[in-house]
Amino acid sequence: MKRYLSLAKNHFKLSRNINWMLMSVALVFLAIMSDAGLLTRSFTGLLSRIAYSIILAVSLQLVVGFLGELSLGHAGFMCVGAYIGCFTANYLHTVIDSKLLVLVIAMLVGAAVAMVFGFIIGLPALRLKGDYLAIVTLAFGEIVRNIFKNLEIFGGAMGLKTKIYKPSELFIIAFIVAIFTIIFIQNLIRSKHGRAITAIRDNEIAAKAMGINVTYYKLLVFIIAAAFAGVAGVIYGHFTTPLLYTFFSYNYSIEILVMVVLGGMGSIHGSILAAIAITVINFLLQNNLSGDLAALRLLVYALILIVVIIFNNAPALKGVRARFNIRSFIRRFSQRKVIRPSLRYDDSAEWNQIETKIRMDEILTADLPHNEIYTPDPREKED
Amino acid sequence: MAEKDIILETQNLGISFGGLKAVDDVNLKIKRRALYGLVGPNGAGKTTVFNMLTGVYQPTTGTFLLEGEPLLGKTQEQINRKGMARTFQNIRLFNNMSVIRNVLVGLHNQPEFKYNPITGMLRMPAYYECEYAMRERAKEILDVFGLRTERNNLACNLSYGTQRKLEIARALATNPKVLLLDEPAAGMNPNETVELMEIIRKIRDDFDLTVLLIEHDMKFVSGLCDEVTVLNFGTTLVQGKTADALSDPEVIKAYIGG
Repeated sequence: MKRYLSLAKNHFKLSRNINWMLMSVALVFLAIMSDAGLLTRSFTGLLSRIAYSIILAVSLQLVVGFLGELSLGHAGFMCVGAYIGCFTANYLHTVIDSKLLVLVIAMLVGAAVAMVFGFIIGLPALRLKGDYLAIVTLAFGEIVRNIFKNLEIFGGAMGLKTKIYKPSELFIIAFIVAIFTIIFIQNLIRSKHGRAITAIRDNEIAAKAMGINVTYYKLLVFIIAAAFAGVAGVIYGHFTTPLLYTFFSYNYSIEILVMVVLGGMGSIHGSILAAIAITVINFLLQNNLSGDLAALRLLVYALILIVVIIFNNAPALKGVRARFNIRSFIRRFSQRKVIRPSLRYDDSAEWNQIETKIRMDEILTADLPHNEIYTPDPREKED
Repeated sequence: MAEKDIILETQNLGISFGGLKAVDDVNLKIKRRALYGLVGPNGAGKTTVFNMLTGVYQPTTGTFLLEGEPLLGKTQEQINRKGMARTFQNIRLFNNMSVIRNVLVGLHNQPEFKYNPITGMLRMPAYYECEYAMRERAKEILDVFGLRTERNNLACNLSYGTQRKLEIARALATNPKVLLLDEPAAGMNPNETVELMEIIRKIRDDFDLTVLLIEHDMKFVSGLCDEVTVLNFGTTLVQGKTADALSDPEVIKAYIGG
């Protein structure tokens, strides 16, 4: 136990856990504010929406960003979780008094059923790739919501009546679930299983040759992602009533995908930020463009997305980005002036910053004495 | 030669794509701890033999045995777990991962580093123990190739020769009995080639390996391999001791033409 604690302490890096820690701090702060009655109903509603968007974005990031398979059916998993979970909750409310307990059980049920569907969708994922898999998942999402539309037991086209929570209470639960989602998925990615998953993304043939069970990991990823989407669905079901099949259209799947792409492939921090940003933009546009301007909502939304994507990816804007990004902002305040990009091992290594080129020039012009051998600085960083 | 000394054996191994017989009737008998070369002009079917041995292609005729156990019809993963690891002719590293992580992926299936995904998700004690041990083991393997100092660099930022070495290191991490190297010295300068020969001999001795390698550099093959098989147009041309086989007039004819 003592050894375990020391290991855990040594392996803990603040920079790698900053996302959920910041969210926890924000949650405590917001919960106090809400308790003091300082938050409006619509704002707590927004917070709930942010929370389930984060769950969806982070879980889809696992499929798209880390496994590298394009899935357009995430809203379908959410739909399954929402309907089954809320149906269970409706039943349980007659048996159990505690509202929180009912919600937790509903989440577990929603996750379990979504997992089954994740397994079913994971099976063709083993044979299909890229666009073909995307189309299968897209079809799955549409099929699922149409099934629920036509089942009278789930309220049919009128939607399923659910017992909604007050947003001021729901957002706290939703945030806690979101924080646990981030921790679980992050830990999974940083374990040997996560390495296997990213290995499959980087080079499937080599991963197979290294003895990695590709079938197992693809199914595992689909099942885990589906489970979290199901949980998000249950939260959504307790946020709004009636639960309507129209919400889970492929548009929503694509919105989740946009969060993932906007945040950057393989970046959990990014997908959290993107989930927050997109939900807030949607919320602001919905609230501020009323009446005749409401027709402009989707147009403005699309424009914002295009601008952000271009800003993120256009090579011509590299200089602008470098000047205004958070990293350089922090660097300006910290004393670490020397950057050694050759030591950086994240995905965003930039060639134009690599120092070796300059070093070469130095060596060529410095006229080293005949017998003196140039030795570069020793490496510092430990993995 | 006793039967139990033979670690890898192929019997009438052959494959045809459509009507084309890419490899026909290849019989290899590789002794334990041998350094065995597979040479031949371009298009002779050397890499196809490798692909069959590692389960990428299913042979249409014949079979192959590792330590007397037939591995025909097994998947790539299963064959790797049985103890055959390979490198690729066109390097296939995990480019977006650091050097040490590439090796850690190779260590994935080692029984001493087993923990399930739930343990990983919840960071239970086994997670820390295993990850720590895995990293130590990976560093040991990188030491053999002199790559310890490079371990935090991205694999795609390494030089070509170093990438080749890393690929061997990664294959070695899967703890194989037989190591299949597909043109390990391609793209290396003469110094690196000599160094690589030393490394291959060293890992053969230290890790109790059998090495089967494809190479075009005849100096490399004759300096390293005990025995070779020369393939031409998918069939075995000559088989035997390296010096004899490479000086065989048939082989010279196949290489130079005429």
